[in-house]
Amino acid sequence: MSREVKGMTGDEAVAWAAKLVNPDVVAAYPITPQTIIVERYSDFVNNGEVDTSFIPVESEHSAMSACVGASLTGARVFTASASAGLALMYEILYVASGMRCPIVLAIANRAFSAPINIHGECTDQVVCRDTSWVSLFGESAQEAYDETILSFKIAEHPDVMLPAMFGIEGFIVTHALERVETLSKQQVEDFLPEYRSTKYRFNPDEKMTFGSLVLQDYYMEIKRQQEEAMQRAYTVTKDVMAEFSEMSGRKMEIIEEYQLEDADYAFVSYGATAGNAKAVVDRLRNKGEKVGALKIRLYRPFPSLDVQEALSGVKAASILDRSATFGSPGTIMQTDIATALYGKENVPTLHGYINGLGGRVLTLPEIEDIYEKTKDYHDVGMTMTTDWIGYRT
Amino acid sequence: MVEITDVRINGRGGQGAVTASRLLAEAAILEGSYVHAFPNFGPERAGAPVTSFARICPEPFTEKTEVYEPHIVVVIDPTLLDDVPVADGLKPGGIIVVNYEGLKESLQKYFGDTHANIYKVAGSKIAMEEIGRNVPNLVMLGALIKITKIVKLESLVSVTKNRFRGALGEKNVSAIKRAFEEVE
Repeated sequence: MSREVKGMTGDEAVAWAAKLVNPDVVAAYPITPQTIIVERYSDFVNNGEVDTSFIPVESEHSAMSACVGASLTGARVFTASASAGLALMYEILYVASGMRCPIVLAIANRAFSAPINIHGECTDQVVCRDTSWVSLFGESAQEAYDETILSFKIAEHPDVMLPAMFGIEGFIVTHALERVETLSKQQVEDFLPEYRSTKYRFNPDEKMTFGSLVLQDYYMEIKRQQEEAMQRAYTVTKDVMAEFSEMSGRKMEIIEEYQLEDADYAFVSYGATAGNAKAVVDRLRNKGEKVGALKIRLYRPFPSLDVQEALSGVKAASILDRSATFGSPGTIMQTDIATALYGKENVPTLHGYINGLGGRVLTLPEIEDIYEKTKDYHDVGMTMTTDWIGYRT
Repeated sequence: MVEITDVRINGRGGQGAVTASRLLAEAAILEGSYVHAFPNFGPERAGAPVTSFARICPEPFTEKTEVYEPHIVVVIDPTLLDDVPVADGLKPGGIIVVNYEGLKESLQKYFGDTHANIYKVAGSKIAMEEIGRNVPNLVMLGALIKITKIVKLESLVSVTKNRFRGALGEKNVSAIKRAFEEVE
């Protein structure tokens, strides 16, 4: 298969991939570092290169509300946000999942205020973990491109019918140029057939109500249905990624294992940090260290079984978490992993490291230091530790 | 492992340092290489010192950190020499290419004991004569690729014409080719 290659930033990759998807409706509000996605896409609309109805709105709350309304007519819907914008959407994120709207949301992961900061950090997305949205992270412009397309297929699957978000870190991915293997319009149309849901959607010939009051009598049943859909999303995501890998020739899995087969120690990370962790694994392997890396691509539903299998036999894991949490028993990813591994055999000790907040760079030498620190913790018998790394005291 | 080449471009806001790193990376992609090219993500003001980076490797790489120890530094604006330590972090034996009209020998005073190979080209003069404006960003790439062979001239010409259509593209290409010949 001949592959066309283009230079794109992460934001551009999302916009170009969304163009191939050609959603019926895009409602979005610009916010750094997501802005380029919306700008490029509005160019495509303006130039008549897509059929999309573009709805410029006055806020992210309105953006997601417009997305929900559009999705309830059966339309295919896309939007993008970051940080404060995503936080402003938060109320409607629950409305979108509760009404089973398979909206796709691209996030340019950015730190929260205060103090105000526009740079990369994943807190904005991980705190949406309980919203009943499928949630993915991408490491590169290529993964941004690929996840844009496959997110629609996961979300719109009849067994799922939940919204999906995927995140790439602000600037270091969103604004950095990388080599991206593109897909053809035909490939995307074959992979993602035209979508127009008619089941439980508004149509001119039927009377229907959405968003009605549901109290003690049925509320919990609706929520339970969402949980069952989320559980099915685990298998659907695996299947969709397998199909995508076949179509694109690029291996895409819910987790990515790197040099883990014989590893005594492992880094666990997500997003761009995973790329740095792999680079450090290469350095340490050259020094004879038995170390590997695990990347979490699918964050919700959390791939507990896969993480457990990947880390089986590893002595100690360093969890590099680029998100902030305060007064928690561990980093956000660490508490998920600890829950997934609790009570199982052959599991590693877990050492969480909160790092990279507000765009602070975690350098490769710092990751090597983390490796040594984790070994020390393990050697003295500590099973669970949490540190902040890379700040001035 | 094939080594990654890190390039830093020092310029001033409005001179096209970001465009330069992007086009250099696009030219590398055209030749089948892998890249990670990005601006220094600070607030940008016209005239303020800015940097941009291009990380280039013939093989895939996953590293996504900022560039602290470049192999190659390009100085787009000669007035930076007095204001900014442009050789900061340069790898021993690294290369510096400066937009400079004076004698090459007189450049050395700006770099003291820095162990670097220093080259110069009159980028602003070429830009004024070929493009009609003092926009020496792509001009300096012409000099850079002659010295380092990091990408071929034809690749840089191709991405430049793709970015700037028509007469502006042709003028930039002429300027790039002149810098390619005149760098010393």
